[in-house]
Amino acid sequence: MIDRGSGRGRSSVEPGVFTLDAQPIDYLIVAAYFGVVITIGVLARRQVSTSLDFFLSGRSLPAWVTGLAFVSANLGAIEIIGMSANGAQYGIASMHYFWVGAVPAMLFLGVVLMPFYYGSKVRSVPEFMLRRFGPATHLVNAISFAVAQLLIAGINLFLLGTVVEVLLGWPLWVSLLVAAAIVLAYTVLGGLSAAIYNEVLQFFVIVAALLPLTLAGLNNVGGWQGLVDRVTEGPGGAEQLSLWPANDLTGFGSDLLSIVGVVFGLGFVLSFGYWTTNFVEVQRAMATKDLSAARRTPLIGAFPKIFIPFIVVIPGMIAAVSVSELVEYKASGGEGGSAGGSVDYNDAILLLIRDILPTGLLGLAIAGLLASFMAGMAANISSFNTVFSYDIWQTYVKKDRDDGYYLRVGRIATTAATLIAVGTAFFAASYSNLMDYLQQLFSFFNAPLFATFILGLFWKRMTPTAGWVGLSLGTISSVTVFVLSEIGVFTLPGQGAAFVGAGVAFVVDIVVSVLVSLRTRPRVDAELKGLVWSLTPKADRVEVREGANAAWYRSTPVLATAAGVILVALNIVFA
Amino acid sequence: MARRNGTKKAGALDIRSITGLLLGAYGVVLLVLGLFFTTERDLERAQGQNLNLWAGAGLVVFALLMLLWARLRPIEVPAEQPADAPAP
Repeated sequence: MIDRGSGRGRSSVEPGVFTLDAQPIDYLIVAAYFGVVITIGVLARRQVSTSLDFFLSGRSLPAWVTGLAFVSANLGAIEIIGMSANGAQYGIASMHYFWVGAVPAMLFLGVVLMPFYYGSKVRSVPEFMLRRFGPATHLVNAISFAVAQLLIAGINLFLLGTVVEVLLGWPLWVSLLVAAAIVLAYTVLGGLSAAIYNEVLQFFVIVAALLPLTLAGLNNVGGWQGLVDRVTEGPGGAEQLSLWPANDLTGFGSDLLSIVGVVFGLGFVLSFGYWTTNFVEVQRAMATKDLSAARRTPLIGAFPKIFIPFIVVIPGMIAAVSVSELVEYKASGGEGGSAGGSVDYNDAILLLIRDILPTGLLGLAIAGLLASFMAGMAANISSFNTVFSYDIWQTYVKKDRDDGYYLRVGRIATTAATLIAVGTAFFAASYSNLMDYLQQLFSFFNAPLFATFILGLFWKRMTPTAGWVGLSLGTISSVTVFVLSEIGVFTLPGQGAAFVGAGVAFVVDIVVSVLVSLRTRPRVDAELKGLVWSLTPKADRVEVREGANAAWYRSTPVLATAAGVILVALNIVFA
Repeated sequence: MARRNGTKKAGALDIRSITGLLLGAYGVVLLVLGLFFTTERDLERAQGQNLNLWAGAGLVVFALLMLLWARLRPIEVPAEQPADAPAP
């Protein structure tokens, strides 16, 4: 949870309060990066032949590329700024967002769900809904998905803009427009193929900047032991050095409730809901050459995902004990420190960059941050594009046109989405806490979708009517919880309302779907082959492992088990 | 990329070549900055460590490994029906 103060009136990003001292060589490094990115877009465009190529990159990419893109698509502003802020505020417990809140769901996606996605050759979650439940559910889902992508793109664009503002001193609206123009340029020029390439590149540049930052930061505070000592002496105390039970993070007083909250709240409803139904990520796996590679995509992505917190959360913790403004801020209980609250936890990683990195590495860090913040938005835009052109336009508005027509629609949709995102970025800016806002959106869109999806996958009796009714009522109930808490019928701290909303949406969706299913007619079994677990022969759920796919390191169980073992080991080490 | 005759190597468009070239160039720039342009203030802020030098060296090594990998195991782009084509 990002601390308060990231929204309206961000005093921390006013020029003059703190800026990064970037030199011409730093700008050159940033310019070189974006030069390469745009060039890739132009080159990738030459490969565009049919619309399928544009959207799915011809299904020819190797799994390690899509795996890195899978992780990189998620390594955006919210992750880097938000999770280093969490590290500064809560310490090691923030690792839960990665080790409980992401990796298990990624493994589940690769091992259990991917065969259904890849096998049915769907281009999006809404398309899967179409096959499983028919047009009504499909339309409801497609519209809600498209709206969600536009709103989330706004968050990413806003964070990108505020960082450009603090880094380079440009006004927010200029930063927003410039950022939007660059994202638009490479998405339109190269489509998903360019997006995947850029995501891989971004991943390496981010690591190249954040790894030296982390190591130098650790060195400055006297190594790991030095960090441990300082955190122990700090306001948070030794509790911030252990993963469990994470009372600070969850806000629960009871250890047991806190653990249950982390495992079921974060680890199940939110995390599985996000990772299994979010086509921004799943689309990466669809660009692979066969089922084996598709399943390996999230599994390969799980490994960097396990280690990303070390270069995100740890720098946050280092900043909280070594950057003077932030130390003061934390000592004052996060209520405003030096200079009347001019910094907050959200600034942790930027402050550490300011204090440590020399010219050169600074440019690399700026390029990496800008790139990663763009990644999130580009991913939102490209999946909006897919859903809008195929799921809404081609299915319900203009049918049976040629490929070129839908390709043009896709390009117009991309442009329109980028412009709308500039608007939703200003909307996001009006929120005082972006993580509250994001969790709220997840509770509206992801929680009901996950309920419908998972019930439909494992219960063949679930009917088409139940699909759209459950989905609609799930979203409506979550919005109702939000409205009730907004007008003060009840109050919950921080993201409490969003978590309750997500829980309510999930339960309402399941209950309504079951009740409606029992009173309406299910589809015949034959139509559901490949879409429902019990009606899909095992042969269709397991890839052919011959040729290059036979190598032991390309085995799904081996990769999943290895990731699982590392997770358990880390949880023991940092318990 | 032409897709007329069988498979074609990804070549310069291979993500590993691009990564190698970009990060390699960054590495060289950082090495030069580290060797010739490191200020007292830079050293002081990092407890005497020359960060640009270390990071630059790391990047150059990483870039060379990427380029080597791309050269030794080129990606082959299948001509038609990629889903059914044998893995490279």
